Amino acid sequence: MTSADFNILLPEIVLAVFAMAALMFAVYTGKDRTAPAILWATAAIFLVLALFIGINGDGAQAAFGGLFVDDAFSRFAKILILVSAAAVLVMSHDYMAKRDLLRFEYPLLVALAAVGMMVMVSAGDLLVLYMGLELQSLSLYVVASLRRDSAKSTEAGLKYFVLGALSSGLLLYGASLTYGYAGTTEFAGIIGAATAEDLPLGLLFGLVFLVSGLAFKVSAVPFHMWTPDVYEGAPTPITAFFATAPKVAAMALFARLVHDAFGGITAEWGQIVAFLSVASMFLGAVAAIGQRDIKRLMAYSSINHMGFALMGLAAGTAFGVQAMLVYMAIYVTMNVGTFAFILSMSRDGRVVTDIRALNQYSKREPLKALAVLVLMFSLAGVPPLVGFFGKFYVLRAAVDADMAWLAVAGVIASVIALFYYLRIVYYMYFGEETEALDSGMAPTQWALLMVAAAVMVLGVVNLFGIEGPAAAAASALVD
Amino acid sequence: MTVADFTFYVFAVVVVAAGLFTVVSRNPVHSVLWLILAFLSSAGLFVLLGAEFVAMLLIIVYVGAVAVLFLFVVMMLDVDFAELKGEMAKYMPLALLIGVVLLMELGLVFGTWTFAENADGLRAAVTPEPAAVHNTRALGQLIYDDYIILFQLAGLILLVAMIGAIVLTLRHRTWIKRQDILAQMYRDPAKAMEVRDVKPGQGL
Repeated sequence: MTSADFNILLPEIVLAVFAMAALMFAVYTGKDRTAPAILWATAAIFLVLALFIGINGDGAQAAFGGLFVDDAFSRFAKILILVSAAAVLVMSHDYMAKRDLLRFEYPLLVALAAVGMMVMVSAGDLLVLYMGLELQSLSLYVVASLRRDSAKSTEAGLKYFVLGALSSGLLLYGASLTYGYAGTTEFAGIIGAATAEDLPLGLLFGLVFLVSGLAFKVSAVPFHMWTPDVYEGAPTPITAFFATAPKVAAMALFARLVHDAFGGITAEWGQIVAFLSVASMFLGAVAAIGQRDIKRLMAYSSINHMGFALMGLAAGTAFGVQAMLVYMAIYVTMNVGTFAFILSMSRDGRVVTDIRALNQYSKREPLKALAVLVLMFSLAGVPPLVGFFGKFYVLRAAVDADMAWLAVAGVIASVIALFYYLRIVYYMYFGEETEALDSGMAPTQWALLMVAAAVMVLGVVNLFGIEGPAAAAASALVD
Repeated sequence: MTVADFTFYVFAVVVVAAGLFTVVSRNPVHSVLWLILAFLSSAGLFVLLGAEFVAMLLIIVYVGAVAVLFLFVVMMLDVDFAELKGEMAKYMPLALLIGVVLLMELGLVFGTWTFAENADGLRAAVTPEPAAVHNTRALGQLIYDDYIILFQLAGLILLVAMIGAIVLTLRHRTWIKRQDILAQMYRDPAKAMEVRDVKPGQGL
């Protein structure tokens, strides 16, 4: 333990100290009156830390004897997590304030969840992995039931908590089996024990349990049951948060675990991940067809997208990880834009989540309708929008890894998924006349919607140069 | 059989018996008392192993705090344990079936019991040689030095749990009258009392 170790952890320490200091400040001063200030400060500190990590980071360093790893991969994931969390916080301000939900604990719990996520993506040991995961999950359980007077929100929080505890149990069972058979919880030690020849059977069991626990966190089928209910029940800004940063963190953690700890037995976990991928893509595509609630629809959409991201991981190559990272970056951008729009959906100040309320939206709000159209096409993966390149990337990774069948399944699933994205567009442009939605939209929401839509169009030139950092991140993980 | 062996068997038998009674006794208060006995006896086992620190911890934390907390919960909350057990009996056959299947599966795993080659060495490498270092010191070294990041993260998790409990349950009732001690102390007879001269037969 030296100051060098703490230096590597600096962003996490700064964020944790900020959260505690702001907590004290709010408790001893204006309580919920300070909430807007704390919210903006939290978003600002997220962005500053993202900038700091982006500029300052160099090479790969390990702290505390390999417990904590700082490399290009973790930096890429951290920047993505921090920026998306900041975007969600900024756009949630208006919604939360209007509905009397803006409590000072909300931004602080998001900040503590962000600390957990940053630890997750930097984990070099099963214990750190678990601690980061629990810190993140526990904060998320609380914010899910933030609207405590609503039965649905409480149900969402409770459901998430109980199923999350189950998945943590699975994960811990896997971790203890892995420790028992490999003799260490450090990834660097496990990879030495998990070799393709004479692989202890117990280690394989441990791997399966660990993967199951993580699949729950990324809501991959068959561990997806909680997703639609939690997405629907939680307040919409919280849903937006669930759909972005934690997904990136869980996916990055997934990639780190399978490559850093089980990189020697790619074939063994590759088939599990491939199954999760196919099942998620198809269930996410088919089950969303019957949904009329846009939050539930986005839940199934995120399951579908996680399937695609897992496809990149299933390839088991550096290019696969790169494709996964690019896909996640694009996915997060699309979701931030879409949720910025969903947050503004209301009628006479009351939240509306039925997609039929969007009927004839284009007549009244042509610009916003166009932005949503671009985002929906991009989510569906229609060329030439950026969403298409994300899908193209993972499909190529699968084909390169001789998994053409996986790519074919992905294409079929994305064609099925196209239906429900297009239906939203259909309602907006050709639907029957209905009562109009409120036209007001907070400036931050409007800006994020437009920026996300613009990124989807302008990004086709070179994806804003994200491929380079993603490739560097992937090569830090897989050599 | 040495004295140490004899002591071990005494403590071991008591732990198992107390554990059994914790589960089967009908009165929940008795369960907690049996649990305390189990904790105390296992503390004895730890002393036999040479881990005095863990033994003390077990007594102070588990017997002193956790068990007492259990006792409070059991006595204060009116939980109908008989009803809970009745509920459980309904699911018992299914639970037993699943338990048996799991047990058989685990048996299959243990049937092919192979560790990774250097597993034992790796396991031992983390901790210092037991004879060389006092065990309290060794624990301190591990918890506050080698694994400090885990220790601090655990602290953060507890902080989140605390914030969560307050966020989800604390309600500020603005419509009720609260005691304001400062206001009470600053009251003096001049502010609190008013002397009126009431004329007979008129009232106020």
